[in-house]
Amino acid sequence: MEFKTFVFYFLAVILVFAALRVITARNPVHAALYLVLAFFNASGIWLLLQAEFLAITLVMVYVGAVMVLFLFVVMMLDINLDRLRQGFWSYLPVGSLIGVLMAVEMAMVLGGRYFGLDAMPAPPDPQAGYSNTRELGRVLYTDYVYPFELASLVLLVAMVAAVALTLRKRKGTKYINPSEQVAVKREGRVELVKMPAEKD
Amino acid sequence: MEAMLQPVADLFGPAWPLVWTLVKIIAIIAPLMICVAYLTLAERKVIGYMQVRIGPNRVGPKGLLQPIADGVKLLLKEIVIPSGSSKGLFIVGPILALAPSLVAWAVVPFDDGLVLADVNAGLLFLLAVTSLEVYGVVVAGWASNSKYPFLGSMRAAAQMVSYEVSMGFALICVLLISASLNLSDIVVSQSSGRFADMGLGFLSWNWLPLLPMFVVYLISGIAETNRAPFDVVEGEAEVVAGHMVEYSGMTFALFFLAEYANMILVSILTSVLFLGGWLSPFGFLPDGFHWLALKTAAILFIFLWVRATFPRFRYDHIMRLGWKVFIPVTLVWVVVVAVWMMSPLSIWS
Repeated sequence: MEFKTFVFYFLAVILVFAALRVITARNPVHAALYLVLAFFNASGIWLLLQAEFLAITLVMVYVGAVMVLFLFVVMMLDINLDRLRQGFWSYLPVGSLIGVLMAVEMAMVLGGRYFGLDAMPAPPDPQAGYSNTRELGRVLYTDYVYPFELASLVLLVAMVAAVALTLRKRKGTKYINPSEQVAVKREGRVELVKMPAEKD
Repeated sequence: MEAMLQPVADLFGPAWPLVWTLVKIIAIIAPLMICVAYLTLAERKVIGYMQVRIGPNRVGPKGLLQPIADGVKLLLKEIVIPSGSSKGLFIVGPILALAPSLVAWAVVPFDDGLVLADVNAGLLFLLAVTSLEVYGVVVAGWASNSKYPFLGSMRAAAQMVSYEVSMGFALICVLLISASLNLSDIVVSQSSGRFADMGLGFLSWNWLPLLPMFVVYLISGIAETNRAPFDVVEGEAEVVAGHMVEYSGMTFALFFLAEYANMILVSILTSVLFLGGWLSPFGFLPDGFHWLALKTAAILFIFLWVRATFPRFRYDHIMRLGWKVFIPVTLVWVVVVAVWMMSPLSIWS
């Protein structure tokens, strides 16, 4: 067996195991950490495909930022598993529909030759000195600049909306303003008072 | 070198590339660990003299064997695992803290061509790997199942995620002007310019045109490594020792090693990205690794100096500095650099 194939199966087995544990782990923190492991192995597989930009970005964005915040929230929650199980039967039809859809999609990709997927040729073998990052950047900012800008605009709107939805001002809080505190001068805080010495 | 190693290579046969890489890894990690050990001594000595004390001077001549004694002590101590902790993660935590700070050294160029992995996306790799450092702290804090570690890990998560953003923007400026993600190329791109032609190489390095980014990167680096004055994660007065409260012996030592290895990493990266790496400051002096070591040592000294000088930031001030000062400054400077590059005044052509 070629070394590359071995590496692929090694990563794939851990990936599938980690993905399974994400949905079976009882403890939500463990589940989140298994998801981190799954992301890691997925990025390893992308590296094997010589998509180093996507692989590293996956680690940087999902593992380095998204999952940290996820963990942050999950650790603070007091999750009651019985409460979570309550809606199981009512959600089952929708869930199974989505599951079947995903299974069909996977079957179409894996059995590509029965669905005419080989009409899409595999990308040519990259030359030495080929930079995945440079290539992606070039395509993203020339051929696909409008869809790209549109996507970033949607993200911006989502961001503003998320802030607007959660922003509320409570009245009567003793909130301190760090900007004002930083600007404090000695004169504003300390007053030197001259007092004559007291004599009997 | 190649010819000399040929007999050894024949001995190992097809496994030789693997063995050779392992040898190179050891050649990086072993000196690094020695540097970490002596950085702890340097820290105690420097802070000692800044506070008009002498610092450790009992073990060995002038206290030079102190780090060895500390290491042996930590190795021999019992590892206590709290009964209520999540045992697997409790052990994994310190490992997760140390591993990224060692992995990142794979792409650090020490001299022209002297790098373990000369990858094209080196800078991205660094960003990704340094963003993993937070996991060790978070996992350790949660697995300890104790209040102070948990509070510490929450603080760490928020702080490190915040400062990563401004660090990332500072790096974007660097890659903009050097038009490469490869760290060796970034150093080489600093070797040319108007001042370099005049023999004043140090004025052609990235720190001058990117001065705000240099400052932001350095301060964010101190915050990323949870060093004073940004060490609220382990602030004694508030959360005792943060995520390290429940750890003892070697598991504690791993956190310690990770912190100092990270300090050295941030310093060497600042030298590579902003201070010209192995380039010599003056035209008439030869380039070489010693310059990189010198620059790194100087920045490490700043780390210690800052620790001895500044009082600890309050937590909300840290968040304010990260989100309301650094991120706007870096965002604006990315645009400024981009416009500068496209304008006729561009100095990078």
